[in-house]
Amino acid sequence: MTRNVAITVNGTERRASVEPRLLLVHFLRENAGLTGTHIGCETSLCGACTVLMDGRAVKSCTVLAVQADGRQVTTVEGLASGDQLHPIQEGFWEEHGLQCGFCTPGMIMCSHDLLGHNSNPSDGEIREALNGNICRCTGYQNIVAAVKNAARKMSKPIAARAGAR
Amino acid sequence: MKQTEISSERNSSTDAQNLEPWTNPTVVGKPLPRVDGYERVSGSAIYPADLILPDMLHAAILRCPHPHAIVKNLNTEAARKSPGVRAIVSSADPEGKLVIPYPWWVPEGPPVLLFDQHCRYQGEEVAALAADTPYQAYDALRLMKVEYEELSHLLHAQDALKPGQPLLHNTGNLVRRPDTYQRGDLAKGFGEADVLVEETYETSCEIHATVETHVAVARWEGEQLTVWVPTQAIYEEQKSLAATLRLPVSSVRVISQYVGGSFGCKAELSKHTLIAALLARKTRRPVKLALSREESFLCAGNRPPNVMCLKAGAKKDGSLTALEFTNLGAVGAYADWADAAGWAAGSYACPNIRTQDTEVYINAGKARAFRGPGAAQSAWALEQMIDMLADKIGMDPVEFRLKNVPATHPRTGEPYTSIELRECLLKGAEAFGWTKARVARASSSDPVKRGVGVASCRWITEGGPPTTVIVTLFPDGSATLNMAAADQGTGTKTIMAMVVAEELGIPLQKIHVEHADTGTTQYGKSGGGSHSVMVYAPAVRAAAADVKRQLLEIAAGELKRPAIELSLKDGKIVPVREPGQPKNLSELKDLTRREQIAGIGHPPPEPKGRLIASFGAQFAEVEVNVHTGEIRVIRLLACHDSGRVMNPLTHESQIFGGMVMGIGFALTEQRVLDDHQTGRMVNANWHDYKIPTAKDVPFDQLCLTIDPKDAECNSAGAKGVGEIGTVPTAPAIANAVYHATGIRVTQAPISPMQMLALLAARREAR
Repeated sequence: MTRNVAITVNGTERRASVEPRLLLVHFLRENAGLTGTHIGCETSLCGACTVLMDGRAVKSCTVLAVQADGRQVTTVEGLASGDQLHPIQEGFWEEHGLQCGFCTPGMIMCSHDLLGHNSNPSDGEIREALNGNICRCTGYQNIVAAVKNAARKMSKPIAARAGAR
Repeated sequence: MKQTEISSERNSSTDAQNLEPWTNPTVVGKPLPRVDGYERVSGSAIYPADLILPDMLHAAILRCPHPHAIVKNLNTEAARKSPGVRAIVSSADPEGKLVIPYPWWVPEGPPVLLFDQHCRYQGEEVAALAADTPYQAYDALRLMKVEYEELSHLLHAQDALKPGQPLLHNTGNLVRRPDTYQRGDLAKGFGEADVLVEETYETSCEIHATVETHVAVARWEGEQLTVWVPTQAIYEEQKSLAATLRLPVSSVRVISQYVGGSFGCKAELSKHTLIAALLARKTRRPVKLALSREESFLCAGNRPPNVMCLKAGAKKDGSLTALEFTNLGAVGAYADWADAAGWAAGSYACPNIRTQDTEVYINAGKARAFRGPGAAQSAWALEQMIDMLADKIGMDPVEFRLKNVPATHPRTGEPYTSIELRECLLKGAEAFGWTKARVARASSSDPVKRGVGVASCRWITEGGPPTTVIVTLFPDGSATLNMAAADQGTGTKTIMAMVVAEELGIPLQKIHVEHADTGTTQYGKSGGGSHSVMVYAPAVRAAAADVKRQLLEIAAGELKRPAIELSLKDGKIVPVREPGQPKNLSELKDLTRREQIAGIGHPPPEPKGRLIASFGAQFAEVEVNVHTGEIRVIRLLACHDSGRVMNPLTHESQIFGGMVMGIGFALTEQRVLDDHQTGRMVNANWHDYKIPTAKDVPFDQLCLTIDPKDAECNSAGAKGVGEIGTVPTAPAIANAVYHATGIRVTQAPISPMQMLALLAARREAR
């Protein structure tokens, strides 16, 4: 038994016939071939698979592909414009908000959600927002710094940002 | 003729092997972001789990649900007929009896059969299959029927050598002859002591819990096997795979492109990798096998639990007179290390010492090296013991440690190439505001008590051969670095690219670092034990220096002036003294004709008669709520001597990450086995096994360094930092808890429940 879904991933509509039990994270990785979304636990505990669904962060291991039917999904691959990384991606790179990089896409997508409704979060607000995302390498210090770096950049007009590079 | 001269010189390239550490580096030592940062933030880094090969199958493993059982009967018929299933391997196949070799650091142990009908740990592999999709593979697993005969199980080291306990192996439950070390006269030392303390400490089994689980992708091309695994040790895995499959080493290729964290658990051949290879051979199709989170909790390594009995004596002036340290550790079901006591004999200057390490088998997943293996458990006991002694003679714990800093290695008497432990303690205490924080206590009516604690640490490192690195320079001024060091997240690739940039004066952006791959990179030591920088930085530097020498030879010939008068700057040839026009490399006709220059480098041998070790001291401030038992770490400060800091960003990140891992070890992390009934792990998931999140760690973390300007350790002057950062954190926290509450918590982790029970016991005793 399969169901037809049409999920818009990073602006491109993808139609597929899927098993109802197929998780969104497997749809993204296997069907769409977008492997930037990682799997850490498949039980919604680590946040490595965080993506945006209609702009809000969801753990794609706890969303069925059929639940994403007709929705807009953004993965880490959908953040950059061409070669220009998103300011959050730049922040994680510049501030060394990563080590092995495996949790990084999930951290970035979760930060995207946070900065979407809080453009100038405090340390505590960042830690609260990222509380569902596990990192085993960095000790989180530089991840917090990365989000702050991104918040600073995103509060400036795009032209000024480009000039600063 | 000229070519011959160059190559004969290359063979005697002693200059490159005897380089002094840089005195004024321009790239090394700078806080530069990662060279592979783009890949990691953009989602374009391909971890083994991300590989999608044409026609690839997906495998899954059937595992024994019991801690100790015999497989009486296995029926795979229904599974075989399940949709999409292409192959099954089990103990019924000849391959099922294959024996997995132990890694080189575990000299011997009982044979590890791929599918042993005598299952000795929960999660032991019973059979495996490959199907078209992962869902089909898991569906089919459920159709396998197994009849188990459950055996009584052994879960605690303390029981392992008692009569009447289940025997895990026909050799018994003892892993190896207990390792004993002794110096001086213990009885005399205790006799000389003004104060004596005695205490038993326990640490819990901790799981590595890397965010990336273990994964293998295997593909055969004829008799040639290629395996993609996240690993610290491509050559170790290649050697073990070849031995197991009875293949020439050259027929096995192991590739480690990106590693999603390791901390020691991805450095040896795992059964799942062999299973992927076998299923791929059976089906003649590529096979991917990714472990689930639960599987990785059960059978992908852990820090073994230890029970440590200590007795120590000191004089009133703070000098240690004697230490007895007996450790019992449980390695799990197969051989590994669970030592702790021996480490303590090398920590402080103490004339009379006896240590003993005894290691036993229990019915649980096998241990693997885990960040600061042995040292972290040892420090939990010893560093609390030091505090108890200091407390008893009324001396400040920092001062007590300063009194006992060794001048040479206490076990061997060998001098260190550098030791700045004293400076780490002093500078750390100063920056932490130790003296003031030690006096300030919360008012007695406040349920939240504050306290501060300290602990120090040491990690012996070792560089040296054998390792071969190749640096290739192209006429356009770009370079490739070819080395077998995988980057498990530590930043090795970045640091080594910086070494090339330093030596050749070319920008970091023009240096490409190859992935670790036995098919393309030369033999190199695995990345572990904090020795990546020790081994690879001198090797990379030697290779780059070899390139530079050859390049200047070419330039000298073309410019008709001695090579010694030329140098390489910003990717151009410039005269050393008088001003002259810089020459682009592309203008060198000989270079263009040769297409490239390849330089070869090896790490020079270790300095003779000297030991190399990193040192550090960490300071913790905690709040203990005596009503709830909750403990919050509100401040951590580290001061480390790791030799030269190659890159402050990566160095600091290692320390922060290490300290946060130490918070987990001290406060929350613990494998819980169901003692009374099933013997199974009851918290094999991230909900019930708590690792620190961003909210559980202090905002206030600081990493300070002392650079001893060590010119002896190696040509980079660096001593490594990966392991040590986690070693002193947990005891520093425990010492802070004692300072806050007056309660000595000897058992890790200090859960709120344990804290409350100890507080209640004290109230009752009063």
